[in-house]
Order: sequence, then structure tokens, then C-alpha cells
Amino acid sequence: MDAKERMKLEPVPMPELEVSERLSSFAEVNLGYSEQDTQAEAERCLQCKKAPCREGCPVDVDIPGFIALIREGSYAEAGLKIKRTNVFPAICGRVCPQERQCQERCVLAKRGKAINIGYLERFVGNYLIAHPEEQINAAPATGKRVAVVGSGPAGLAAAGDLAKLGHQVTVFEALHRPGGVLVYGIPEFRLPNITVDNELETLRRLGVEIRTNVVVGRTLTIADLREEMGFAAIFLGLGAGAPIFLGIEGENLPGVMSANEFLTRVNLMRAFDEDYDTPVQRGRNVTVIGGGNVAMDSSRCALRLGADSVTLLYRRTRAEMPARVEEVRHAEEEGVIFELLVAPTRFLGEEGHLTAVECLRMELGEPDESGRRRPIPLPGSEFIVATDQAIIAIGARVNPSARLVMPGMEQDDGGHIIVDRETLMTNIPGVFSGGDVVAGEETVIRALSDGRKAAQAIDNYLRSK
Amino acid sequence: MFKIVDKQELAENIIEYTVDAPDVARHHHAGQFCIIRVHSHCERIPLSIAETDPQAGTITLVVQIAGHSTKELAQLEVGDAILDVVGPLGRPTRIGSPKRAVFVGGGVGVPAGNLMAREMKQAGAQVLGIIGFRTKDLVIYEDKLRAATDELIVTTDDGSYGYHGLVTEPLQQQLEAGESYDLVITVGPVVMMRAVAEVTRPYGIHTIASLNPIMVDGTGMCGACRVTVGGETKFACVDGPEFDAHQVDFPELALRLEMYGDEEIRAHEAGPHECRLEQSLNESG
Ligand SMILES: Cc1cc2nc3c(=O)[nH]c(=O)nc-3n(C[C@H](O)[C@H](O)[C@H](O)COP(=O)(O)OP(=O)(O)OC[C@H]3O[C@@H](n4cnc5c(N)ncnc54)[C@H](O)[C@@H]3O)c2cc1C
Ligand SMILES: Cc1cc2nc3c(=O)[nH]c(=O)nc-3n(C[C@H](O)[C@H](O)[C@H](O)COP(=O)(O)OP(=O)(O)OC[C@H]3O[C@@H](n4cnc5c(N)ncnc54)[C@H](O)[C@@H]3O)c2cc1C
Ligand code: SF4
Ligand code: SF4
Ligand code: FES
Repeated sequence: MDAKERMKLEPVPMPELEVSERLSSFAEVNLGYSEQDTQAEAERCLQCKKAPCREGCPVDVDIPGFIALIREGSYAEAGLKIKRTNVFPAICGRVCPQERQCQERCVLAKRGKAINIGYLERFVGNYLIAHPEEQINAAPATGKRVAVVGSGPAGLAAAGDLAKLGHQVTVFEALHRPGGVLVYGIPEFRLPNITVDNELETLRRLGVEIRTNVVVGRTLTIADLREEMGFAAIFLGLGAGAPIFLGIEGENLPGVMSANEFLTRVNLMRAFDEDYDTPVQRGRNVTVIGGGNVAMDSSRCALRLGADSVTLLYRRTRAEMPARVEEVRHAEEEGVIFELLVAPTRFLGEEGHLTAVECLRMELGEPDESGRRRPIPLPGSEFIVATDQAIIAIGARVNPSARLVMPGMEQDDGGHIIVDRETLMTNIPGVFSGGDVVAGEETVIRALSDGRKAAQAIDNYLRSK
Repeated sequence: MFKIVDKQELAENIIEYTVDAPDVARHHHAGQFCIIRVHSHCERIPLSIAETDPQAGTITLVVQIAGHSTKELAQLEVGDAILDVVGPLGRPTRIGSPKRAVFVGGGVGVPAGNLMAREMKQAGAQVLGIIGFRTKDLVIYEDKLRAATDELIVTTDDGSYGYHGLVTEPLQQQLEAGESYDLVITVGPVVMMRAVAEVTRPYGIHTIASLNPIMVDGTGMCGACRVTVGGETKFACVDGPEFDAHQVDFPELALRLEMYGDEEIRAHEAGPHECRLEQSLNESG
């Protein structure tokens, strides 16, 4: 087939669960490509020499390379090729904002026919999980112990690479289940926890030990880890998990909660499942405040928990929404109502429970530092939205208690850990950091990439000692 | 897994567990708490730590059987294990260097005072303990508190044991008699802590309340535990659980504690209703 013919082929759509079925379960919405779908989609790739798609990928996955292997039917090899730079293809294939990364740069994007790189990556990732790779050959044991604090994507990626480099790795996680945002935040219908568990299993097979229920700085100190337990280097992947509130009147009324609380109850604590004890408020008329993935996830969870209506309040327009395009589409299909150019000004309650949120209309002004047009309130435009549950999803920041983890470690005013850009080492020798706790709220793939980079730097550090 | 090494029924529906949790035992300070999960489908339950034995690697918890999760905990016997124990969480009590201090505890809040009173004494204070219970059969930790304080007053609401009345009454009497204190720490039901704060407020005595809002993670990640202190929102699990009692918005705390009560949910489903709690708070002043 020549390029012209390939360009005529149509993108293969992702098979999806029917909307009616979605609303009554937490089952994954994207059902995944069949092998046939995968072949058909791979067929469309032009195998560009310069491969601009790769420039869009934060970790430079060899996209034409893995797609060529798919075409040959060499799925395991395709997976291993991805894994050279992205350790968790089954996860990133599902959650990367592809339309702003690899797929945005695909030469076919201009015609609106970018290769569905994420869907292909997901297929290959699933294939590897179904065919566990025996070929992970870890380097000879170095006898050095490395502690990884936090089991989000940054920590897990660091742990995996360090283990492959022959170090003895222990991951310490504050919660009772490892995975960070992947298990407490991102819902089942987008990223089933079993996908994360599979990756954890791979790590365990590499000899990584995972200890839950350890809040480093409280249960164990860094001094314990270094001096008593003999860890020669430490990676801090603490994330940026502290919820930001609006700071407006009525915000502490019962019925108002952070997306983190809502999602943690639903995902980590599995409140959607009757067999679990954790309660979650099931609002009738729910409002969600925000426009990112967290807001979409919250809205869609609320619908699945039986809300009559879910209204999303966002202070800019759809074009500025930071959420993945697919999530926005799914949310809309499922019935989430978007109230755009709207900002809440106060929460109103009766008899001790939320009953309404007062809002103000906005218009877009000049672009701000983020390049997005700044929302400006329209005076006198107040209006009331009746609601019995409000979920705030306007962002998260570094947990202020991260300062307890390592006294003397340099952090900026926002609490972000300051690291050397090359080595990701903090001002404390032997202590490294990466992921959201360094960069602020970012993406899974960036966290993974930091974890890997740090693993390499830690290896160099240990070998030079 | 955290093995239960001892279990005692202290009173009806109040159980004391001693649990193997060496790291928690070693790092714990008075005022901190832990979160447990009984089994894989269970809620996360925050509990104060009443005693630690760093050598034996154990911590002691005193639990009031309140609802579903604590009932499930009560099923566990010596030799069984609690699935998850994480701690110590929260900030340790900031005792400072008081000369004369009071611990005022109520019900299942009393055991937490054990370590606090001990630390106050270690800090050089002369310590008065006032501990209150509904009735004689519910009196717990009397001996421990007697040992940890210089003087102990036990009260019961029905007069079946000790002083007949509320904990605030002896406190008020001491203050009216001109006794001076520079620190009061209170742990117990919200209504009691609020009342203690009102008693000490006119005397300007630094008063600390250990708050018990609903929590999920206990690490500062969800904000379920937020409380208003001095007009600012704080997360009790990481900024507390202890706060300046004169600054705490107790009515808000009481409201938020009701959030997941079954009755509360049912009441909401049934439509508008008279809020019992607000009523009782108004009655109590
Ligand atoms: C709801 C939601 C949806 C998202 N959707 C997407 C998406 O679709 N695509 C995408 O790319 N990104 C998404 N993100 C962002 C992405 O999840 C994060 O950028 C990423 O998880 C950051 O990884 P991390 O390893 O730095 O930290 P985290 O995933 O936050 O993990 C940090 C871990 O460290 C633990 N920890 C913290 N302090 C301590 C301590 N002292 N001791 C022990 N353990 C500690 C925490 O409990 C946590 O488990 C989403 C985020 C949220 C909240
Ligand atoms: C920092 C902290 C320390 C605590 N220390 C202790 C302790 O040492 N011993 C002890 O017995 N309890 C303690 N608690 C309270 C304990 O966590 C709750 O009683 C328990 O979670 C109730 O769980 P349940 O499923 O059995 O009851 P539920 O069915 O959840 O609730 C039963 C009743 O208890 C109320 N309730 C729910 N959560 C709380 C709460 N956090 N505080 C007070 N009432 C609540 C509900 O509104 C309801 O009326 C502490 C709470 C906190 C936040
Ligand atoms: S890791 Fe993400 S950005 Fe990179 S190729 Fe895969 S899906 Fe695209
Ligand atoms: S730019 Fe698009 S067509 Fe070209 S190699 Fe990359 S994915 Fe294939
Ligand atoms: S319990 Fe979640 S932030 Fe305090």
C-alpha cells in the first residue's frame, strides 16, 4: 500500500460501552481494540522518517517502530519497544492526553485523522499483561538498598528501573493500597485498578518490596531509612495530592467536598460497591466545579452513583478545558450538563446542608501566564443553581506536610521539592525526587519519565560511591 | 497485618485493644492518632492512642462501639490481626511549659488524656484531671489517669459515682475559687469540648481541644476532616487534631460529624427537618 492509499483509510473507532450500560456500572467505557481493529489502525501509519509524533511524546516512544512491529504481529516486541521509554503502556495508552501530545503532532492530525496511538499502545500493553514477560533480566545484584517513598507512577517507575539495575528496592506508601492517583483518583471506568495491580505484580516479580501504611516523616523518618535500615539512596515521589478549595462562603457545609474526598471514597474505598462499607454521599442534583480530568471523573462518578443531574461549572470555555478530549466527550454523552463561563461565589445551605450554589457569569479577557484567556466576572450577573452536592475539582497542590518528610530539604513557596534538573537530586545528597511533588500537577507519563530519570541518576550516584 | 496481643472489655461497648505496631509505637507522641482498617472491605477508622510500649512494639487503643465498623472491630480477638494500622498521624500535643495544667476528658476521650497528662507532668506542670462519664458503669481509665495526674476528679452525669454533674462544673468551681491554670486540654464529645472552652474563655486560659471530625485518608489528601479555626479552614488530620479551643467553630464540627449518620441521610431524604443537633447545642448554650 502506498502513502496515498493509507491516507484514504479511515481511523478505527474505539469500541465503547453503550451509554445506558455505562450509567449503571463502573465498568470500563473503552472496550479496547480487537486484534483486527489494531491491525487496521496500524495499517494507516505512514511510518514517517522524521516521525513528528515522537516529538509530541514526553518520553519519545518509538511510535513508528512499535506500530511496524504491530503490523508484523509481533505484539510482545512492540510492547517491549514501548517499555524502553514508557514502562506502563497499558496505563498511558488509557490516560495520556494524546490529542495534545503524540497524536497532535501526527502528520495525519491536520486532516483530523491522527493515528490512534494511545489505543494501539493500550492494546500492546494489555497484550504484555496477558503474556507476562519472562524476559525481564535484572542486572546482577548490587547489594545496595534504595527506598522509594510514594507509590504513584513516579515512584513505581523509579522502583522498576532500580530493581532492573540490580538494586534492592522497597516502596513505602502512606495509604493501604499502592498506586497513588492511579488507584485513589482515576475511576474504574477509565483505568481499572486491576491494570495497576498487574503492573505492581511485575514489580514484585522483579523483587521490589511494597510496604503500605507507612507515612514517611511519621511512621518512619528518613533518618530511620538511611541510618537504621541501610537505604543508600531515597527517591521521593510524594505527588501533589492536597486539594485546593475555593475559599468562599459556605464551603464547609455538609454536601460540599473536594474531588479527592469524593473520588477516594468511590475508587480507593470502593463506595460504589455494596460489599464495601465506606459511605459516600449520593447527591440528586450534583454540581462539579472545574474543567480538568478530575472534574470529568467526579461528574461521571456522580452520574453512576445515581444522580438525577450533574452540572459542571467551569469559568472558561470548552476550548480551555484542560481535560482529555475523550473524557469531555464521554461526560457529555453520559449527560453531564456544562455551564461554561461561570464561577461559584458562595454556597448556600438550609438546616445544615447544602441547597444551592450562587454563581457569577464570566467573560474571557486577555491570556494569562498559562496562555489561556483569563476569565473576568460580569458584575451583577449572579444567579443560583439548586444543588445538594457540590464537588470541588479546581486543582491540588503539594501537601504542606511534605515538609515533615525531610527536614532541611529545599522546597519552593508552593512546597514543590527543588531538584537538580539533570540528576533530580535534592539539596540533600542521596535524596532524589520527581513527579508532581516537583513539577506540580502534571501527567502520568511525566511522572513516569521522572521516575526513570531519577532511577538512572540514583544508579550513577550509587556506583560512584 | 497488625496482631492483637491483648483485648479487654473496659465497660459495656468499650473495648481496649493492644496491638503490635512497632513503628507506630516508637514514633508516637501524645496527641497523635492512628487509622485502622479491620478487613479489606472496611472503612478507615481513626482512633487515638492511649498507651504505647516502644520496647514491646505495641500501641493501645480504646474503642467505643459506635456503628458498623467499630462493631466489626469488636469481633476480633487476641491472636487475630487488624489488616491496616497507619500512624502516628497528626501533630503531637504542643504542651509548652505550663506550671499548672488541667486535662478535661469525657467518655472515650479520657484514655487519650493518659499520655497527655503524663507529658504535662514531664514538662514540669502540676496536673489536675477532670474526667466525666454518663454513669458509674462507664467509668474507664480512672486508675491510669490517677497515676498520670496530681489530682483527679471523676464526675458522672447521674451521680452514681464521684461528683454528680458535668466535667465543666468542677472546672468552673476551681476557677471561681481563684485557682490559676495556664493550660487546659480537653478531649471528648464536641458538646463537652465546646462547654469547656466557654468556661475557660473569660479567664483567658490557653485551651486546646482534640477534635474528632470524620476522616478518610488522614494524610491531608481529601479535606474531609476540615474544621474552621479562627475563621480559617484547617485539616484536622495534618494541622491538628488539636486546636485552640477558643477559636474552633464547634457547631460546624458537630454538623459535619452528622454527615454520614444513617439517620441524617434518611432525614434528608424525608425532606426538611428540625436539626436535633443545633437544638441541643443551643440548649447547652
Ligand atoms: C482524578 C485525577 C485524574 C487524573 N487523570 C489523569 C489523566 O487522565 N492523564 C494523566 O496523564 N494524568 C492524570 N492525572 C494526573 C496524574 O494522575 C498525576 O500527574 C500523577 O499521578 C502524578 O504521579 P506521582 O507519582 O507524582 O504522584 P501520585 O500519583 O500523587 O502518588 C503519590 C503517592 O505518594 C504517597 N505519599 C505521599 N506522601 C507520602 C509519605 N510521606 N509517605 C509515604 N507515601 C506518601 C501518596 O499517598 C500517593 O500514593 C489525574 C489526576 C487526578 C487526581
Ligand atoms: C482523631 C480521631 C480520634 C478518635 N479517637 C477515638 C478513640 O480513641 N476511640 C473511639 O472510640 N473513637 C475515636 N474516634 C471516633 C471514631 O473514629 C468513630 O467513632 C468511628 O469511626 C465510628 O465508626 P463506625 O463505623 O463504628 O460508626 P459509624 O456508623 O460511622 O458512626 C456511628 C456514629 O458515630 C458518629 N461518628 C462517625 N465518625 C465519627 C467520628 N470521627 N467521631 C465521632 N463520632 C463519629 C456518627 O455520626 C454516628 O452517629 C476518633 C476520631 C478521630 C477523628
Ligand atoms: S506515552 Fe503517551 S504520549 Fe507517548 S506515545 Fe504513548 S500515549 Fe502517546
Ligand atoms: S506521524 Fe503519524 S503517520 Fe507518521 S509515523 Fe507518527 S503516527 Fe505514523
Ligand atoms: S482526613 Fe483526608 S485530609 Fe484529613
